[in-house]
Amino acid sequence: MADVTLKDIRKVYPGGFEAVKGIGFAIPDGGFCVLVGPSGCGKSTLLRMIAGLERISSGECRINGRLVNDVEPADRDIAMVFQNYALYPHMSVYDNMAYGLRNRKTPEDEIRRRVADAAKILAIEPLLERRPRALSGGQRQRVAMGRAIVRKPQVFLFDEPLSNLDAKLRVHMRVEIKKLHKSLGVTSIYVTHDQVEAMTLADMIVVMNAGRIEQIGTPLEVYARPESTFVATFIGSPAMNLLKGSVADAGTVAVGGTRISCETGNAATGTEVLVGIRPDEVALKPGAPLTVDVTFAEELGPSRLYHGTLGGQDMVIQVVPHAADPAATRLGIDIPARAVHLFDAASGRRL
Amino acid sequence: MVEKETAFSKYMPHVVLLLGVLIIFLPVWLAFVASTWDPATISNGKLPLTPGPYFIENYKRILFSGTSSSTREPVWSMLGNSFIMAIGVAVGKIIISILSAFALVYYKFPLRRTVFWFIFITLMLPVEVRIFPTYKIVADLGMLDTYHGLIIPLIASATGTLLFRQFFMTVPDELLEASKIDAAGPFRFFKDTLVPLSMTTIAALFVIQFIYGWNQYLWPLLITTKDSMQTIVIGIRKMIVTQDALTEWQLAMATAVLALLPPVAVVIGMQKLFVKGLVETEK
Repeated sequence: MADVTLKDIRKVYPGGFEAVKGIGFAIPDGGFCVLVGPSGCGKSTLLRMIAGLERISSGECRINGRLVNDVEPADRDIAMVFQNYALYPHMSVYDNMAYGLRNRKTPEDEIRRRVADAAKILAIEPLLERRPRALSGGQRQRVAMGRAIVRKPQVFLFDEPLSNLDAKLRVHMRVEIKKLHKSLGVTSIYVTHDQVEAMTLADMIVVMNAGRIEQIGTPLEVYARPESTFVATFIGSPAMNLLKGSVADAGTVAVGGTRISCETGNAATGTEVLVGIRPDEVALKPGAPLTVDVTFAEELGPSRLYHGTLGGQDMVIQVVPHAADPAATRLGIDIPARAVHLFDAASGRRL
Repeated sequence: MVEKETAFSKYMPHVVLLLGVLIIFLPVWLAFVASTWDPATISNGKLPLTPGPYFIENYKRILFSGTSSSTREPVWSMLGNSFIMAIGVAVGKIIISILSAFALVYYKFPLRRTVFWFIFITLMLPVEVRIFPTYKIVADLGMLDTYHGLIIPLIASATGTLLFRQFFMTVPDELLEASKIDAAGPFRFFKDTLVPLSMTTIAALFVIQFIYGWNQYLWPLLITTKDSMQTIVIGIRKMIVTQDALTEWQLAMATAVLALLPPVAVVIGMQKLFVKGLVETEK
């Protein structure tokens, strides 16, 4: 068990490309931290630097207070689960799990006990004699996690572990990982590009973009109070609507001829802003002055998405199916003031 | 394509195949037949198509005492020499090339590309091209008429290095990384992961290089002078080309048949591993 502290971590590749541009945060002991961002944002690089697979160009990485910048991966007391599992194809499941322990000169009966325990937790006991090739994707994933568990490391690192699985299995394994973390309580760092995984697993989300941190917070904080337009559109599905507008006066913004009331804080009148509205926070209100011209509707089952325009700008709203006619062409809506997020049009930062 | 099966389409392929087998097998059969008759039957030019009664006599003589002129060395020791040389060349080539490929792929050292290209260029310099300098070096080192003299100059293998390099580059990096996290150093990774995964490549290379070593003619001819060091290929050649005596064809043919056996055994024995490897390997 350990906390992980990062201080101004940078990764500069020999070509001069800076993949990670000064990142610092701390994960408390037993925390589940999810690094999320689009591909190429440096999240995997950051994880690999924590693992020791990639050199840290500058900055400090501490695990349980110990500076590990120049420590070999094997000596960092971490275990990693890879995206493509990276199981040794020529070894049985048992040997795959035992390999790291054998290399560390763990006594054979201790190895047997630990592998048996891990196999029990992951329900892979009948598979121990098989080769990885004879396993399904989900089973391989379990073995990969088993290999991490038997080591009893201080930190688990997950590098997009579920992205090779089909959608159904992914949801299932996500729950398993959550359970596992609850029962073992080991500090975990998890990289994903899937915001649903990030929201469901994390107790601390780090949203990354282009090598920098956009926002750190609990899933709820990040969802409810995105600090930038990037976070606003990245977290939440369907994505938040962003409408161009300007502050009309204290308490209202003008969006293409219509007015939306909101908390403008101390933004000056006339400030160019992006108005962020989550599709599901829009309420239908027949006959309201604010209307959306609907282009088409998408059925999701529990809800329906109307794609249309508001004041000439694209807008999506999400409502329960029985609330309106699926063929409606114009819908009156009401946007609660607390559901409106204002971002500076130039910088994209929250106002 | 759906084709109606006629008698022609059913038997024709077999006829063609049988014909092919016959063409390839007939000379081998004739060699075998010749090795079972006495010199008189062969030299009158009317070799029968069935084996004669001298099988045991001829093979016993050639294996344990050799021909009466040209080379008096028993084939037994020639087979031994050839076997040592072929195994030495094959194993040596595999060890050298798998190690150099390991270095080329997994280590970052200065001039790595240059080294790679130098190895690559040696493809253009087979033994025959560099035979004189190689001979000079081997002679200066006093390795004439020795096994290491026979083997060492032939074990550098650009082909093997390239083959292993290509294979190593297809091994996912995650396996290396998983090994690092599993506290396996470079040598352990090599021994526990790379070598087992390369078994197919090793088997293929072993077959090819064993036969290459077995069939060597020019190099053993140059550097061996003692009869006790000669390989079987040289032996056969010496038996056939005689100065004043009659060629003892029955013995030469018996030697040829014996010379065929080890490579055939290697191919058949390795084929299993080879195919098994092909079917089982998954990265």
